[in-house]
Amino acid sequence: MSGEARDGGKRDWPLYEVFVRGKRGLNHVHVGSLHAADDRMALTHARDLYTRRNEGVSIWVVRSEHIAASTRDEKDPFFAPSADKVYRHPTFYDIPDDVPHI
Amino acid sequence: MTAQQAAESAAPGALPPLQEHFDATIARDQRIEPRDWMPDGYRSTLIRQIAQHAHSEIIGMQPEGEWITRAPSLRRKAILFAKVQDEAGHGLYLYSAAETLGADRADLTERLIEGRQKYSSIFNYPTLTFADVGVIGWFVDGAAICNQVPLCRSSYGPYARAMVRICKEESFHQRQGYELLMTMMRGTDAQREMVQDAVDRWWWPSLMMFGPPDDHSPNSAASMAWKIKRHSNDELRRRFVDMTVPQAERLGVTLPDPELRWNEERGHHDFGTPDWDELMRVIKGDGPCNAQRIERRRTAHEEGAWVREAAAAHAAKQAARTEKGTAA
Ligand SMILES: [Fe+2]
Ligand SMILES: [Fe+2]
Repeated sequence: MSGEARDGGKRDWPLYEVFVRGKRGLNHVHVGSLHAADDRMALTHARDLYTRRNEGVSIWVVRSEHIAASTRDEKDPFFAPSADKVYRHPTFYDIPDDVPHI
Repeated sequence: MTAQQAAESAAPGALPPLQEHFDATIARDQRIEPRDWMPDGYRSTLIRQIAQHAHSEIIGMQPEGEWITRAPSLRRKAILFAKVQDEAGHGLYLYSAAETLGADRADLTERLIEGRQKYSSIFNYPTLTFADVGVIGWFVDGAAICNQVPLCRSSYGPYARAMVRICKEESFHQRQGYELLMTMMRGTDAQREMVQDAVDRWWWPSLMMFGPPDDHSPNSAASMAWKIKRHSNDELRRRFVDMTVPQAERLGVTLPDPELRWNEERGHHDFGTPDWDELMRVIKGDGPCNAQRIERRRTAHEEGAWVREAAAAHAAKQAARTEKGTAA
């Protein structure tokens, strides 16, 4: 047994984020997290914890430390490039009312 | 709290715009999310409340769990098993939410076992007969529903989302309890007496679940201002009484409160005052089962140590093997 594991079981297993596809045709959605020793255990725990009532047809798990995320706040300038490009939206264009199907 | 968060909340120059943004988010009834800036008090209040809530779910497995091996039929055993498993799940959803605030799960478990963090007073009462299983589903899960439905709109996103999952499952808990009691009430006189006895013992402790009266609830005001909590203790307690009285009538049991009556003018029931001294005693650790509950949790944790170690060792071995395979 490796010395690392012999800590009286005190140190927690790593944290995993869990994503569930609710049904065919939908994206996987983040549902929460759990601790597991490895990927396989993370999947079975995710099944037991997050899909006890047929809430999913597919599960992804990923070690939380492997997730890269944008900076913390919604007011962050990170999202600024999308704010000033109104011409990306259909409502930006004036079309007369009598033009059909547009 | 991470060092980065601590540094940010300590930097006085950086604070006002962040605080303003936080206040505006709360005022607009939008959710605060894990990576947002938040006041230290908001974070610590949430960690305390969510941890306490998680501990309650985990300790709450014990009173009913004791009856799994003694359930009177396979049907009742399967139901009770599923219910207790749900409570474990509720605890885990909530620990997961607490971790998004920087809490550490192993540390939370340790705090519970060492008695440094609390759990709901209700789980310090013993389950003496199988009727208690029914009454817990009806009263305790019913009270939990009253408490938790408004928390689905709590201002902290991960907490609110955990509550949505939990509330979906609580309805099964309450209904299986009530159905169990209806079955017993259709049985023998001895069974009916058993139900009434369980009602008599659990009624007042259930009313205490909503916490001390509003004028003695020190943390309530801040929690309401931050929209962590949406209703006061007394408000939720009154709602629970109004909800439960007609259910008791239909079941054919008497709620043990001579002052309980419908108040036409107020449109609510009047009811007696719970024994607040008893609540304080139980919260302080002096309830009938406090020591037993914590001891049981400690034993389970200690006896599980070898499993945690073995799984970690197995994972390390597998990882090493995979690495070797990739290298070759
Ligand atoms: Fe629960
Ligand atoms: Fe429940």
